[in-house]
Amino acid sequence: MSIATNPRRYVISIIFIGVAIIMLLRLFFLQNFEPKYKILANDIAIYKKVVYPPRGTIIDGKGKTLLSNAPIYDLMVTPRNISKDFDTLEFCASLEITKEKYESILHRVLVRNLSVRQSAFMEMLSAKQTARFQENAYKFSGFELIERNMRVYRRPIAAHILGYIGEVSPGMLKRQRYASYRQGDYAGLNGLELEYEEVLRGQRGVHYLERDKFNRPRDPYKGGALDSQEVSGKQLDLYLDMELQEYAERLMINKVGSVVAIDPKTGGILTLVSSPTYDPNLLRGKERSHNYSKLYMMPTRPLFNRATQAMYPPGSTIKPFTGLIALNAGVIGPSYGYPCAGGYTACSRRIGCEHSDAGHASSFRNALSHSCNSYFCHIFRMTIDAKKFGGVKNGLQVWHDYNNSFGFGRKTGVDIPYERGGLVPDTSRYNRMYGGSWNSCTVVFVGMGQGELLLTPLQMANGMCIIANKGYYYTPHFVKAIGKDENDSLLMPYHEKHVVLNIPGATFDDVQAAMQDVVDHGTASGVKLDSVKICAKTGTAENKAVVYGQVIQMKDHSMFVAFAPREDPKIAIAVAIENAGFGSTWAGPIASLLIEKYLNDTVSTKRKPMEKKMLEANLINKYVTTIDSAIRVRDRKSWERRMQRKHIRDSTNKAKDSILYTQWIDYKLKKAKRGATK
Amino acid sequence: MTELRKTLFSRIDGILLLLYFALVIVGIAAIYSVEHRTTDTELIIMGRGYVKQLTFFGVSLFLGFIIILTDSKFFSSFAFLIYAICLATLFVTIFAGVGAKGSRSWLDIAGFRFQPGEVAKICTALALAKFLSLNETNFKRTKDRLVGVAIAVLPAIFIILQKETGLALVYISFFLVMYREGLPNAILVIGVAAVALVITSLLIERNLLAILLTAFAILIGIMIRHTLRRKIAPRIILVGSLMVALLFSQFVVPFTFKHVLQKHQIERIYSMIGVDVPDEYNKALDANGDKKEHINSSEYNVLQSKIAIGSGGMLGKGFLKGTSTKNQFVPEQHTDFIFCAIGEQFGFLGSAVLIVLYILLMLRIIYLGERQRSAFTRVYSYCVASILFFHFAINISMTIGLAPVIGITLPFLSYGGSSLLSFSVLIFILVRLDADRQMLIR
Repeated sequence: MSIATNPRRYVISIIFIGVAIIMLLRLFFLQNFEPKYKILANDIAIYKKVVYPPRGTIIDGKGKTLLSNAPIYDLMVTPRNISKDFDTLEFCASLEITKEKYESILHRVLVRNLSVRQSAFMEMLSAKQTARFQENAYKFSGFELIERNMRVYRRPIAAHILGYIGEVSPGMLKRQRYASYRQGDYAGLNGLELEYEEVLRGQRGVHYLERDKFNRPRDPYKGGALDSQEVSGKQLDLYLDMELQEYAERLMINKVGSVVAIDPKTGGILTLVSSPTYDPNLLRGKERSHNYSKLYMMPTRPLFNRATQAMYPPGSTIKPFTGLIALNAGVIGPSYGYPCAGGYTACSRRIGCEHSDAGHASSFRNALSHSCNSYFCHIFRMTIDAKKFGGVKNGLQVWHDYNNSFGFGRKTGVDIPYERGGLVPDTSRYNRMYGGSWNSCTVVFVGMGQGELLLTPLQMANGMCIIANKGYYYTPHFVKAIGKDENDSLLMPYHEKHVVLNIPGATFDDVQAAMQDVVDHGTASGVKLDSVKICAKTGTAENKAVVYGQVIQMKDHSMFVAFAPREDPKIAIAVAIENAGFGSTWAGPIASLLIEKYLNDTVSTKRKPMEKKMLEANLINKYVTTIDSAIRVRDRKSWERRMQRKHIRDSTNKAKDSILYTQWIDYKLKKAKRGATK
Repeated sequence: MTELRKTLFSRIDGILLLLYFALVIVGIAAIYSVEHRTTDTELIIMGRGYVKQLTFFGVSLFLGFIIILTDSKFFSSFAFLIYAICLATLFVTIFAGVGAKGSRSWLDIAGFRFQPGEVAKICTALALAKFLSLNETNFKRTKDRLVGVAIAVLPAIFIILQKETGLALVYISFFLVMYREGLPNAILVIGVAAVALVITSLLIERNLLAILLTAFAILIGIMIRHTLRRKIAPRIILVGSLMVALLFSQFVVPFTFKHVLQKHQIERIYSMIGVDVPDEYNKALDANGDKKEHINSSEYNVLQSKIAIGSGGMLGKGFLKGTSTKNQFVPEQHTDFIFCAIGEQFGFLGSAVLIVLYILLMLRIIYLGERQRSAFTRVYSYCVASILFFHFAINISMTIGLAPVIGITLPFLSYGGSSLLSFSVLIFILVRLDADRQMLIR
């Protein structure tokens, strides 16, 4: 045996090393230059779980829950993971569905989604279904219950205030505010839910989990280093008085209109009712769109928030302000009287007054308590015609500015969306309307709250706050504290005191005294309370409706504004009931009952008959259906006309772009050129 | 006695044992990493693979101790007897074997399950070493060469009959040993040329390949034109091998693919070399009526394995942080695909270190083989190195898509008692023989 080194030893060694080098090269490229494997590894093993925190609850002024969350369960299915020996019958029995339904749902899931993806099998299982499924859950591989939170309105009240949530629409997703949302997320769509969406929703948490081959979630990926923790939505504390709200809604049953009650000292809204209303629980979950369209089609329009969006002529309820302006402008004194004999005839036509006895307008106080039309038309004209303002056009502008500072003719800035600003006509508006040739007689109706002047009930209630506070108000708002914090930056605008144009307190005293007379021995004497000094003003607003091209004089709106007690105002209230008649007949008693309920916590037995009458009255105008369908027809026609115009525009644009058109132009140009050369 | 043992232990090759220990420990750590759950409260959990592997390691050490105490002559004296017993066991296993997926390579004796095919490698190595070291053996004689080949091939045939082809392929590694001991160079050249021809005829379009082969032959002809002018034999060999190559690539391969191989076999071959199945063979598939329906299991294995290794990057994801291996995405990840755990968790650097460890081990074994006085130990060393090399090369190549998926383990790393014990015994016998390197063992 030779001990000498055999050269084949090196051949073999080189083979070993050569193979190792090939491997190392392959590994080097595989591990460093093929990023697809990293992506694939993450795809298969890492699972992004989005955790939705519970939405913030909403609490009323006395700590009672108005809106909270309750867990509901969705049944999810991953078709591929359904085992072969799956007991369909037992499964169907536990969910109380038929086998056909099971197959049709599964088919739909498979068509829509891949078999490896998890998708919803049934949403919002009933408590019974959930319990029965959970008992047998281990038998049904491929199915999983997912817990979600659902909004629960504790009482069927305050629908317009609280609003509702729903899935974000593709249109919303394009907007800046919803940049962080994805298809399928929920967001507030109306009311406080929309206004305080960012506060209520909290912050989504994203958890990255590893999952194994069987799709079971396992450890957090990278020990949870990439995770973001969810933050619960903050609680909203309102000024709202749940009992008062409920009582107001009961009083407003079968009436079209609204009630707004504000605490004058804070601007906090105690009650805001738009009637008819609806059970907010209708607008949640899978029934939402169905119920929404039903409510939308109702002639009484329950989805319309009349308290902030309906604009009414205020009628006589504007008179305290007309007086306030006249007194402050110095055109009259408190003792100024007007010899009204049942009508105002200075403007070449007669404006009727309810009273004709001598002396009912002998002073400002008397005139206001008797609501003398002549008196206020007269002082309104005196104000805008006042010499110191220099002509009616400037005078009206001064009057307009006064109104604006009362919060009329612009949005108050309440913290629910879609508020409307009402209308206070100014000089330029009348110039447009009358081509510049108008005088104080043309616009005289505005002085008594008719004509072009339009206010929302919220503005009327806010106006009462100004008189109650003798010259200032806080922007009306619902939210007292966000997450127990009363000084949250979102609430800062509501802590700002708005002082009205330096009107001296004495002037307010005059107005208040007159308004107390309204209750004590004036137009609203029926609403008087023994224990509390109420200052109020009735209003009976004429209104018209256009039905199929004809202007129809409708029954008057019943209006009422008040605040109480006079010495230490705790509640300012505005009630508007459409087409109900005199303000003192309907709106007044309702406001009075609410004041009593709020201040005394109960309604005295003496007033029970009145309460009964108010609760049982049905004041819905019988023409409401006709008017509503007429409005809908009008809206549809105008929409059709708009669409037609758009269509014509689009098609002409298209024609211009077409080849034929360009060819035609070319032909014309050539022809023109040929003509030129000849 | 103590004096003798002391000297015996002092003659043991420490480097070899060190490399062996390192690899086994890496293996146990790798198995632990794929089986570890974050919910585990204790380190040692009965029934877990890494605990069992640790036990097997203990048994291996015990066996190794016994082997080292055994007289080195024992192995050469009883080599043929052991080989005969081994063949008999293999033969019995063909009929009495149990196992999964149609193979019957496992024997169940008194509750212990083992794979005779794994153990047979040791016996074959011993027998081959014995045969080649016999005085009367002249490995230049064709007859003796055939006997040597038979010793290596016989167990392989039995194992093929047990339907465990992957394991049988390991016996190819003995050709490397026989090459070292005097098989003609031509074997190596023909082997390499054949493999190259098969791969190129799959990769390159047929007519182009014919032109290329002819051009290659002419090139060689020009290079050795002086030899060709003087002698006839090289001319015949050159023209003959060109003819064979053309015949093979033009007729044998298409014929085999169209008429002999099954659809899944064609797909597997092409997926192995990383090319789509050409249209002409796809047509044959269409005729059969079943087109490619779903990814088959070995392709799935390789894909998952590549994902795991490829996602490791340069430095890896870190120990116990391999998302693919920890969550069982790679099938058989603690046995045949254990390399994925290394590749994913320790990246290219870790893999490279492991590969270098293996190469060092094999080169060390060759070094040991070459320093022996006795041919028996030398041949045995080469057997060990070749077996390790074959396992190592095929196993790692298959995890990174360079070789077809045949079920052979990664030495010392893969989970499994049979595998670890047989490789340990292979190594310890070598250690024992090497300790007596100054003796002439016959």
